[in-house]
Amino acid sequence: MRWLWIDCITEHEEGKRLVAVKNVSLAEDVLHDHIVQGRTIMPFSLMIEGMAQTAGILVGSTSRFKEKVILAKIAKASLDCDVTAGDTIRYEATIDRLDHLGASTSGTIDRRVAGGEAWERIGRVELLFSHIDNNMAGTEFPEHNFVFSDNFKMILETAGLANLAD
Amino acid sequence: MSRDAIFEKIQEVLDDALGVDEDEVTPAASLTADLGAESIDFLDIVFRIEKTFEFKISQGELFPENLTDNPDWVSDGNLTDTGLAMLKERMAHVDFASIEDGDRSISKIGDLITVDSLVNFVEIKLAG
Repeated sequence: MRWLWIDCITEHEEGKRLVAVKNVSLAEDVLHDHIVQGRTIMPFSLMIEGMAQTAGILVGSTSRFKEKVILAKIAKASLDCDVTAGDTIRYEATIDRLDHLGASTSGTIDRRVAGGEAWERIGRVELLFSHIDNNMAGTEFPEHNFVFSDNFKMILETAGLANLAD
Repeated sequence: MSRDAIFEKIQEVLDDALGVDEDEVTPAASLTADLGAESIDFLDIVFRIEKTFEFKISQGELFPENLTDNPDWVSDGNLTDTGLAMLKERMAHVDFASIEDGDRSISKIGDLITVDSLVNFVEIKLAG
């Protein structure tokens, strides 16, 4: 089972855009290893993973999850401020370019602080994905799609998007 | 668009795709040997050139692909005369002179893709 770093898909425009949210909780052990000035901090690397999962689902949905969509490159990533327990993260990914070899995506990261109502833009992430069966000639991979496992399907079902995987 | 203007835009593309400084992006610089490009970077560069210059690039049009699939093109790890002729016909933007009588190892083919060859490619595409 892959470790999911998004909780819920909230918006989806087929082939264009996908939005997911993540509630940051002290119950997550990883936060206890990242303490800055007495505050537990969500590691930026895991926020990039959250964006990669958001954008990866968006890219994967364009092929009904038949392609094995692998994060190949973090083209750009910036974060302006920290996120801590109690905050909510909002990932919005859009496809810039898509073909049979892979896709490039742009994404924004917003934060809503605990008890707050407004979202504030705190980061941007540009990613490159590879459709590995088409993009790595001569290398054989398992036939089944190991990228989009059952827990991804669970997220799709929760969001009412199970039809995307049909 | 002038050749100088194309070159400046290619510098920006490679700066973004490879994280290199613009002064490293000289016309003769090889994408792999000098600028450190890896295989996935080529897909990134294709996407960025398409976006920058607003045209589509077909698979294998800018960079050689799947050469080893055809035994007529590659034998014992080296590009054959047939393979070289095929590349010269398909990839007019690349200067193959250095391998005409020299090392034709397939692993060296990528080194032939220089900044200048990208500028040539865009120039040919824009001339349409």
